[in-house]
Amino acid sequence: MTSTDMARTSAVPQSPSAPARPASSANAFVGAGNKEKISVRGLKFYYGDSLALKGVDLPIYERKVTAFIGPSGCGKSTLLRVLNRMYDLYPKQRAEGQALLDGVDILSPKLDLNLLRSRVGMVFQKPTPFPMSIYDNIAFGVRLYETISKSELDGRVEAALRRAALWNEVKDKLDASGLSLSGGQQQRLCIARSIAVRPEVILLDEPCSALDPISTAKIEELIDELKADYTIAIVTHNMQQASRTSEYTAFMYLGELIEFGETQQIFMSPHDRRTQDYITGRFG
Amino acid sequence: MTGERKITSRAASAELLKRTGFNMTDESDKAMTDHIVSAFDADLKQLGDKLAEMGGLCEKLVAESVDALLRRDTALARRVIDWDRSIDRLQQEIEERAVNTIARRAPVAVDLREVVAALRIANDLERIGDLAKNIAKRVVALEGQFQPPKLAGGVAHISDLTLGQLKDVLDAYTRRDEERAMEVWNRDGEIDALYNSLFRELLTYMMEDPRNIGFCAHLLFCAKNIERIGDHATNVAETVYYLVHGVPLTEERPKADLTSTTTLNF
Repeated sequence: MTSTDMARTSAVPQSPSAPARPASSANAFVGAGNKEKISVRGLKFYYGDSLALKGVDLPIYERKVTAFIGPSGCGKSTLLRVLNRMYDLYPKQRAEGQALLDGVDILSPKLDLNLLRSRVGMVFQKPTPFPMSIYDNIAFGVRLYETISKSELDGRVEAALRRAALWNEVKDKLDASGLSLSGGQQQRLCIARSIAVRPEVILLDEPCSALDPISTAKIEELIDELKADYTIAIVTHNMQQASRTSEYTAFMYLGELIEFGETQQIFMSPHDRRTQDYITGRFG
Repeated sequence: MTGERKITSRAASAELLKRTGFNMTDESDKAMTDHIVSAFDADLKQLGDKLAEMGGLCEKLVAESVDALLRRDTALARRVIDWDRSIDRLQQEIEERAVNTIARRAPVAVDLREVVAALRIANDLERIGDLAKNIAKRVVALEGQFQPPKLAGGVAHISDLTLGQLKDVLDAYTRRDEERAMEVWNRDGEIDALYNSLFRELLTYMMEDPRNIGFCAHLLFCAKNIERIGDHATNVAETVYYLVHGVPLTEERPKADLTSTTTLNF
């Protein structure tokens, strides 16, 4: 019995008293058969003097959805912000360790940030359409990275809007302001905007927390379709959303990765007591 | 480690604990912290309480049905038939509560396993109740028939063993003690072996004297019912394993009921 039990246990230590540090080799993670699009290794992050990420090791697999869950302040959004160097905008924030995108360190000061952000797109909690037309919201990013003809651009805008399941709702009013759309439509517009520049990774930071259930369902359906072509990382407070949309789930707590595993395993039989307490609503 | 693994049953029934003479220690009580939403705890506790009530009733039903058979007590048998209705009602109630809990609380991990385990065990207990009722019905059918006195001994033995299994597995559930559950699971072979020999014995009696056939046939079905009660006890044991470990037991249970392929030649 114990032997079969042990065999099912992942690299993450089971005992709640043991410090929960996964094995530093990313190969020890479940799902190691997949290609790692992003490999986070020994990542530390500082807001000034305060340490927000205390050495996180984590794979983000290519063309899979990885969900980040954990209580507020656990570092999940911080981790996401590191992955496209969002923190560069703020002077006192810095990261240590490694975050490799296809083997190239995202944290390297030599990295072309514009290029990185065209490869790693991000969608935020609150929809952030630009105060311009729906068409320009999408075209803006494309023009930034590429010089293409008007007809080509039209095609890109339409493709992105179709991909984001928004085309049918806006095709007759592409000149209308992006701000005139409903919350759910605005969020899909933002997703369309990030898809339009053909990124490889899409980071979603609580994309549905301001949306009603129907808009939420549409976004989740969209995530499901997008993962055929994109690598997706989603931060969510909605545990059901994590379990519905993702293949892999990472549970973070107080700046540490407590448990990483297949979503089904995390939600059916988490190895770590803290994961279980959190997902079952027992955290005191 | 052991204390950690034996996830405590907030849902343990005081009645069942009292009956088994087991006092829940403070430590095991603390092993699982409460939900932030206390109504969730209350839901799970009620589910466990109902299940414990049902388990107790099942034990009683099986014991009394066999008692009625051995003593040819038709009145007791009729009462057993009546009692089975309360088991069915409890099963429906548990199912309703479990489905409600799933719908309203969307349980995950150990909570979901609690609810699924309650559903499964309630199903097994309901079947056990039916089998006990079937024994009781046969007692009523046998009223006034000729009975060879020495035949009942084997049935008494197999039913003692089965009752022990049922009691043990219900205790294992209450304490979330998967080791004890596995002991039950492994012991089922003994019941099967006893049933095999009883089967042969009864066939021999029937061949010896055709007047035995009516009674022996009923007795054989009673023995088969008891043997199947034992099978349901092992199902419960598997559920306890799943509840504690979060993965189903994949091993094949050693099956020793060979009667389906047994023939006796005249």
